[in-house]
Amino acid sequence: MSGISRRKFLTCTLVGAGATALSLKTTDAFASAKLEGYPDSMGVLVDLGRCVGCRSCEAACNREQQLPPPAQSFDDPSVFDQTFFNGQKRRTDEKAYTVVNRYEPAATEQPVYRKSQCNHCNEPACLTSCFVNAYTKTSEGAVIYNPNICVGCRNCMIACPFNMPAYSYSSATNPVIKKCIFCYDTRLKNGLPPACVEICPQQVMTFGHRKSLIEIAHERIKARPDRYIDHLYGEHEVGGTSWMYLAPAPFEEIGFDTTMTNEPIISNVKDFLGTVPMVLAIWPALFTGFHLLATRKHDIEQHGDDHSARKEEEKKS
Amino acid sequence: MKIKIIIPVIIATFACVAGLSPLATAAAAAPPAQVRIDQLSKDFEPVEFDHAGHVDMVGDCGECHHHTTGTSAKDPDCMRCHSSGATSERVACRDCHAPDPFSADHLKTTSEDRKRYHRDLLGLKGAYHRSCTGCHEASGGPTGCLDCHQRTEAGNALFRAGKYAPAPTDKASGH
Repeated sequence: MSGISRRKFLTCTLVGAGATALSLKTTDAFASAKLEGYPDSMGVLVDLGRCVGCRSCEAACNREQQLPPPAQSFDDPSVFDQTFFNGQKRRTDEKAYTVVNRYEPAATEQPVYRKSQCNHCNEPACLTSCFVNAYTKTSEGAVIYNPNICVGCRNCMIACPFNMPAYSYSSATNPVIKKCIFCYDTRLKNGLPPACVEICPQQVMTFGHRKSLIEIAHERIKARPDRYIDHLYGEHEVGGTSWMYLAPAPFEEIGFDTTMTNEPIISNVKDFLGTVPMVLAIWPALFTGFHLLATRKHDIEQHGDDHSARKEEEKKS
Repeated sequence: MKIKIIIPVIIATFACVAGLSPLATAAAAAPPAQVRIDQLSKDFEPVEFDHAGHVDMVGDCGECHHHTTGTSAKDPDCMRCHSSGATSERVACRDCHAPDPFSADHLKTTSEDRKRYHRDLLGLKGAYHRSCTGCHEASGGPTGCLDCHQRTEAGNALFRAGKYAPAPTDKASGH
């Protein structure tokens, strides 16, 4: 190996080491960055102890979003007895962006009704997973999507920790994602509460700034500790959600997933994805260096000293 | 139709009697015999609430009006401030429970005002339903939606009920 190539090798190694150090620092910065959501984000506090299961919210959603007619009337309580697959309760679909299900937890005498819809995460996994960037988290707090951009890949359905996005399976030509958009187009962006919140006779849902809703929720727990589980679901789960829940019975008994971490879903992949550019940029140079080094040793063993070999060549010519 | 006549007559009577101060009038006024509740008139027919009947039945105004009618508050928490039993100037539900609790203006004055004690106050519709159904459940009164208010044509369309009901099928949908 000549002096020049040794210098090159050292330079490569140094540059590589420097770049590695920089990249590691960058990934650290990524990992430590915590988004608390937009400061003026709106939200909804759902007090499940108040719900009587009248399904007015489902009806209002259907009217507001101009969804197709349901299979049964909205005042038909028999839907609460429906189960699918392994005893699964009703879920959101292309015809219903919100559904109410009935649970019978041991802790309460009365059944507990649970409304579900998109929870509008602060750091939405659906948005992260969408490779055509169809999703937007608006400053009002809504997670909306552009159906004209959606290619129907259903990545977001897999990514969502709450299983909320639905799919228009009925469309043969242009199936797209369908989900609650917080009534963004027709209401939220004009400062109005969503249709379900407005129609609810029991005021199960309280619409307001997310920050004040968190305060109000903790005040309610404090004022009536016998009536509430001491937890505000959605305050921290998966990085926080715009829709948050108070419950009169343990959350796991009324259909909530309580195994979720407080880290946003993207944190699971952020560190890994941060190393990808580093690997792509540095590894080729680094391993070329190693290769040259290894080859040099091999060459020395085979041909002896470089200089003598070259001298021989010179002599021959 | 009857109520439309009764209410102005009552108002006129008290206005004549008390004359100058409308607030004093309200505080001293006899309770209305009937109250027309028409907040949901888009989807539901107005409710002619039999106020006199409920006064006879319940007896204690504080059951519904909290501390505002001169009776002491029931809840020990409320009694910390409202134990005096003074009659309030504002007695009607809508005086405190806003018909539009989530309007931008109302959010500014209530939930955003962190110093306000009663900032988590129910809206008018929530106050009616939670007060009525809570008591009705305990006392065996009617609790079904249609027991108190009939749906309008728009309400039937909303709930896909009546002539808007979907054709019955054997298989439940959802998937």
